[in-house]
Amino acid sequence: MNILGEIVFWVFVLLTIGSSMVVVFHSRIIYSAFALLFTFFGIAGLYVFLAADFLAASQVLIYVGGILTLIIFGVFMTTKITTLSIPQLTHHRYIALIPIGLVFYALVHMIFKTSWPVNVLDVGPTTQMLGQLLLTKYLVPFELASVLLLAALVGAMRLARMFREAD
Amino acid sequence: MTVGLEWYLWLSALLFVIGVAGVLTRRNALIIFMSIELMLNAVNLAFVAFSRFIPNIDGQIFVFFVMAVAAAEVAVGLAIIVTIFKRKESVDIDQVNLMRW
Repeated sequence: MNILGEIVFWVFVLLTIGSSMVVVFHSRIIYSAFALLFTFFGIAGLYVFLAADFLAASQVLIYVGGILTLIIFGVFMTTKITTLSIPQLTHHRYIALIPIGLVFYALVHMIFKTSWPVNVLDVGPTTQMLGQLLLTKYLVPFELASVLLLAALVGAMRLARMFREAD
Repeated sequence: MTVGLEWYLWLSALLFVIGVAGVLTRRNALIIFMSIELMLNAVNLAFVAFSRFIPNIDGQIFVFFVMAVAAAEVAVGLAIIVTIFKRKESVDIDQVNLMRW
């Protein structure tokens, strides 16, 4: 990788980490929602560096176009100006440091202890391979995923209507 | 210096821990939701990195399924959160104790 590519890589890394910190630690929820946008874009950029072109496009389409839009709708429908000043942190936030530290320690320990493979092949566009795998080896999970999405759609509509009937 | 698999795993671990911190320390249900998305993205990043360096394209298929499940989860979860908000006028998880005993 040339020097310019490396600079762009680290910009994406800093964008991802920095904006994810804003998501978690900012006290105003709308800032968190918009910081999530930059996190998703940063991760899409890292997918490009990992030669996963199709997934980078799906990341932007599904996460930014679908999931983030839904989350921002959720923020707009549930936040009132008066609720902005309520305490946002849990009562036991310092106890939470213990499981956070343990999870981080376990992950770092695993990264250090394992000898990772370093053989990188130059693969071309991945779309054709992914499509062939989805329709042959992974056909059943693929169909199950569509059933799951349909069930989630019906369930979400049922939840939305339930309140109207209760009125 | 070349960017190897370890760097992506470090980044993935860091993102995952930030997500865990969000779930454990925030009280707003929507922030917890976003933190879950962060954790899912961290796992996706690790999957894609492995699929690049093993190299085996199957890892990217898994990312695809994770995205599908995340979309389903967001649809149902946000419907639940909005319904709770309409009933209780709050998304503070300390005040939502319908299923606690």
